[in-house]
Amino acid sequence: MRINPRIINKIVEMGLNIQAFFTVGILVVIVAIIFFKGFPYLNPEFIFAFPDDMGRHGGIFPSIVGTIQLALLSIVFATPLGVGTAIFLTEYTRESTFTKLIRFGVESLAGIPSILYGLFGFIFFVIKLKMGWSLLAGVLTMTIMILPTIIRTSEEAIRSVPRQLRIVSYSLSATKWETIKKVVIPAAAPGILTGIMLSVGRAVGETAAVIFTMGSSLRLPLSLMDSGRTMAVHFYILAREGISMEKAYATALVLVLSILSINVLAYYVMHKAMSKYS
Amino acid sequence: MNTKIAIERLRLSFGKNEVIKNISINVYHNTITGFMGPSGSGKSTLISVINKMIDFEDNVKIHGKVSIDGIDILGNSSNPVSLRRRVGTVFAVPIPLPRSIFENIAYGPRLKGISGRRELHNIVEDSLKKAFLWDEVKDRLNLSALKLSGGQQQRLCLARTLALKPEIILLDEPCSGLDPISTAKIEDALNELKSDYTIVLVSNNTKQIARITDFAAFFYMGELIEYNTTDRVFTTPLEKQTEDYIQGKFG
Repeated sequence: MRINPRIINKIVEMGLNIQAFFTVGILVVIVAIIFFKGFPYLNPEFIFAFPDDMGRHGGIFPSIVGTIQLALLSIVFATPLGVGTAIFLTEYTRESTFTKLIRFGVESLAGIPSILYGLFGFIFFVIKLKMGWSLLAGVLTMTIMILPTIIRTSEEAIRSVPRQLRIVSYSLSATKWETIKKVVIPAAAPGILTGIMLSVGRAVGETAAVIFTMGSSLRLPLSLMDSGRTMAVHFYILAREGISMEKAYATALVLVLSILSINVLAYYVMHKAMSKYS
Repeated sequence: MNTKIAIERLRLSFGKNEVIKNISINVYHNTITGFMGPSGSGKSTLISVINKMIDFEDNVKIHGKVSIDGIDILGNSSNPVSLRRRVGTVFAVPIPLPRSIFENIAYGPRLKGISGRRELHNIVEDSLKKAFLWDEVKDRLNLSALKLSGGQQQRLCLARTLALKPEIILLDEPCSGLDPISTAKIEDALNELKSDYTIVLVSNNTKQIARITDFAAFFYMGELIEYNTTDRVFTTPLEKQTEDYIQGKFG
């Protein structure tokens, strides 16, 4: 007996719908739990006050600042390096053993567990280069850690820019670099930004690699050589050591909300900036 | 009549596949020269040598000589960037850059270092007028070029090329995807332009070649079969193959 293709179509469509709802559903449940558990303790004092008694009381101001410093500086270091590597790999080399080797290295780096980056950062930056637990050691470790993501997504984005756009640019007397600067990068920008946003998420959410390198000081980091504690680390310590689950959830909520608003803001800014390229 | 582009004993191959076999042809100053022939005849490859866009293909071997105003362009001493300012190109498929109409036209002039708003605006207006597109877009120069119709996009590409102030314009089957009205507009523009530019038009459309060119060349399988004034080629072709092609017996 043959089943009517239209019925199969309906079934497949329904199945895919269920899967999509399931995926979004999990996300909603997680956010909802954090929201309901954390929201009652969220107030201006929590955001702007310093922590007291290991974080049992008071707020998380230094952690918010530390998180922003770590994420921002890592991105500032990793973006030019990563996008530059991606441009080199796509525009300035022919596919060869050498590029395959680089790409293999990048992919391997992306697969390493973050704790290993933490250990490396601890041994190399904290001990060997005598940086101690510091914002700088954290930033450098995080830069290395997010580099593969930025390289891969940028490479993908640059590769998907149609060849004809480059040809047109060359035919209008542009050099290779002018073409990359004026045509390729603007066209690839949304993809590159996606990689950057993924990396921001990783830096903001990372604990293991950060504890080992940036440390977990509750003081406000005022210089690159100061130790600090990001929100994720704060959340981890509060929960792990049973200091205060309420404060832990409130911290998690701030974390989630900031990632969300960074995303929205970034896409809004890019949309504005890119409107002349559409 | 002065020779603008001189091609002498040109041979070109992709790997082992020879696509241009010993072609010599002179293109004359301020005329429209039509290159026609079935696909695979080498006509498009030939114009990609003139603007050196062939540089972007792999495994290309070129022998022979190509010169513009008597100066060799194939040697290492010739600079492809300055060459492409003199030799503009319009491709078969219109490809606007993803930006406004104004910025599409200003792209080439900006690369030359022109940045004054007024000067750019004059170039944009002048180029769009020459491409017969000004009246249709003058009120919306900041609109995305991607929003124009196919025929408008192709005239935009022509205007973009004109903005470079080239001496030679190469058009590679510019009307292959256009309707008859859009085609007529492009042809009108080319007719006006030929007093100031040397134009090479590659086309599969023999009627179009007959309508607007002064000289016509027929290529077949990488060889130049016949080259003469368009009148001669279409009324008294010397070669049987040319006659068959024009009459639509093959191609």
